[in-house]
Amino acid sequence: MYRQVQQRLRSAPPRYWLVLVLVLFFIGLPTVITSFQASEWTLVLIFAIVIMGLNILVGYSGQISLGHGALMALGAYTSAILIHRYQVDYLVTIPIAGLVTGLIGFLLGIPALRLSALYLALATFALAVVTPSLIKRPAGLTGGVQGILISSPDPPQFAKDAFASVTSGPPMSSDQWMYYLSLISALVLFWLAWNLIRRRPGRALRAIRDREVAAASYGINIAGYKTMAFGISAFYAGIGGSLYGLAIGFVSPDTFPLALSFQLLVGTVVGGLASIAGPLIGGVFTFWLPIVSSQFVGSQSWIPAQIASVFQKAGPAVTYGALLIVVMIFAPNGVAGLIRTGYMRLQARLRGAGDRGTGQMPPDPQTV
Amino acid sequence: MAKTGPRLGVLAAFLVTLAACGGSPGTTTATDVGVTSNSILLGNTIAQSGPAAAYGTIANAENAYFTYINNTKGGVNGRKINFKILDDAYTPANAVLLTKQLVEQDQVFAMFSGLGTQTQTSVRDYLNTKKVPQLFVATGATTFMADYSQHNWTIGWQPPYQGEGRIYAKDVLANHKAAKIGVLYQNDDYGQDYLKGLKDGLGSNSSMIVDAESYDVTAAVPTLAAQLSKLKGKGVDTLFIFATPAFTIGALAIRTALSWTPLTYLNSVSNPAVYMKIAASKGAKLDGVISVAYIKDPTDPQWANDDGMKLYKTVIANCSTCKVDDGFNIYGVAVAYTMVDVLTKAGSNMTRENVRNIAVSQLDETNNPFLLPGVVVKTTSNDHFPITQEQVITWSANGWHLQGSLTDERGTIS
Repeated sequence: MYRQVQQRLRSAPPRYWLVLVLVLFFIGLPTVITSFQASEWTLVLIFAIVIMGLNILVGYSGQISLGHGALMALGAYTSAILIHRYQVDYLVTIPIAGLVTGLIGFLLGIPALRLSALYLALATFALAVVTPSLIKRPAGLTGGVQGILISSPDPPQFAKDAFASVTSGPPMSSDQWMYYLSLISALVLFWLAWNLIRRRPGRALRAIRDREVAAASYGINIAGYKTMAFGISAFYAGIGGSLYGLAIGFVSPDTFPLALSFQLLVGTVVGGLASIAGPLIGGVFTFWLPIVSSQFVGSQSWIPAQIASVFQKAGPAVTYGALLIVVMIFAPNGVAGLIRTGYMRLQARLRGAGDRGTGQMPPDPQTV
Repeated sequence: MAKTGPRLGVLAAFLVTLAACGGSPGTTTATDVGVTSNSILLGNTIAQSGPAAAYGTIANAENAYFTYINNTKGGVNGRKINFKILDDAYTPANAVLLTKQLVEQDQVFAMFSGLGTQTQTSVRDYLNTKKVPQLFVATGATTFMADYSQHNWTIGWQPPYQGEGRIYAKDVLANHKAAKIGVLYQNDDYGQDYLKGLKDGLGSNSSMIVDAESYDVTAAVPTLAAQLSKLKGKGVDTLFIFATPAFTIGALAIRTALSWTPLTYLNSVSNPAVYMKIAASKGAKLDGVISVAYIKDPTDPQWANDDGMKLYKTVIANCSTCKVDDGFNIYGVAVAYTMVDVLTKAGSNMTRENVRNIAVSQLDETNNPFLLPGVVVKTTSNDHFPITQEQVITWSANGWHLQGSLTDERGTIS
């Protein structure tokens, strides 16, 4: 038994160790940063979850969605309404929000079958446009434009004590508790996605993405897998939305603007389509880019005030666009793809490109 | 083991480093966070990008006033005011995060003039729990003044939208008793607040409102033609437009295009002369349009030699991106004046508690040079509506003209 474990550890590819280090890093992170910084990283993790879902849809099944902000809103409102009106425990509402959103996503997938990429983009875009207005209508249920305030969840006592004893500082704050809650959700959902992708459904999705007719001739149920991809993707968005609402403590129509849907899609592409690490990078990107671009420029005294002000007004949008173009030109497989190619080249050089490098299979074509 | 050993070693080292760095994140509990012997730090979140970016200049104008005070008077009681402005793009999610950043990371003394109803609602509980003053929020949503008992670290500044609605009702009842009123309003708290004020003000005469049509902010301006035609079709002869500037401009132009000439009332948010001129350039006929004001209009020639207006022009020169004619900028300078007034009153007792007390219950400012003569900024222990007076204005000959005298709605809204 011990020998077997040792055997497996020894044969584990280096990226497994990288994952382990990364997980430990995220577990340890709140102990070295402030509670406020933890709340920032919470949103990074939440975006990573939603982008993972979007990645399953866009990267693996080759369908597009500009409506994931709306699906997040659905998840957030499901949680908020259950907590606020029916006094359901917030922990219970997170999976419920995921399932409700997943079901809606599955239903959305049915008309999506008949639409080609461009029209699907428009249809999901329409969803994102009408959602803020739809939310306002049943004002009694959704709080209308006033939104719903959710008091930030208090960490359970054991977590408070454990945190205080590890850091020998104050007990865990609710921001830090939200961080760990998001981290656990992200770990579970990434693990699920990883399993899904490596097995039969993942192969079927990629086959459909690359050549639908060929996939059908192999007996793959195209309609089934495409709607499933929508459903799973929406499930992720629902969980993410629910956590987003809890982390912010307030849901309202303006919490889910149109721009959010774009940011998520751009984050998916920049992080790296059809990759498991991509969504994490995408999450970091989606969260930090607007903040860095608007605060960094303003804080630089060498930039003339006039230019800084113009930049700030258009700020995040301009940087999003510019970065997207740069990424598409220099790293069409996103940042994750860039890292992978870089790593492979490095390895080839270290091992001596002459003997092994040439014999390698080219990496998967990763096109949408 | 030969291979796993070093790897585990690296991991262990990493964990030890993490644990070693894990000191306490350092929280200060001093009663006057953000105040040093020579400075005071105030924080603000506002939309400087996104759909509501036009409002962003308000914070820059406020900063211009603080700069002016720092440069000419050496600050307030020897303390220079530092003002940190962050862009929330008008979304509550950003507002929450940036407010936490200002409070927990930048350690601001108080939040000042945060803009937007949803954005400021989203941080109200947080700031009240943390006992950080949320002063003079830039929204007229009635809840920020009326719900003082639940949120006593929060105070608004500008006249509440409901009060303005009531003033219109008074004007209609006094001058246009037989009016058949039609309302076009934005379907959110802002439009609904105005509509409620108008209805409450009309009281038993609220049947004068023949029809009320709404639109959503996500709608396109040309689609307003549908609502306006409907109102016209119902025989409306007095039109109320409770909208944000872009929609107001559109509605005025469409109204003229429909060759419809009802008596028209505009809410004060959308009445700066800059917007009126855009509407005129789009072919809207504007003569006789009615609105209200409580701040001096920088484009009005009657203030050309006014001391307050001269001061405003000196102040706004400190902001290279601010347009002198923009009504939002004089708003910013006027509210910053009140803030400086509060800090001056606090004197050496510069605690959050004391500053909040002065703002919510001891304001009595009769000399704010940027407001219309006679407008007072006042709060007492049971009245938390700082400004309640406004004056009816009408548009003619390319400018607004004050009519009659100030109307005061103090005590009518709760």
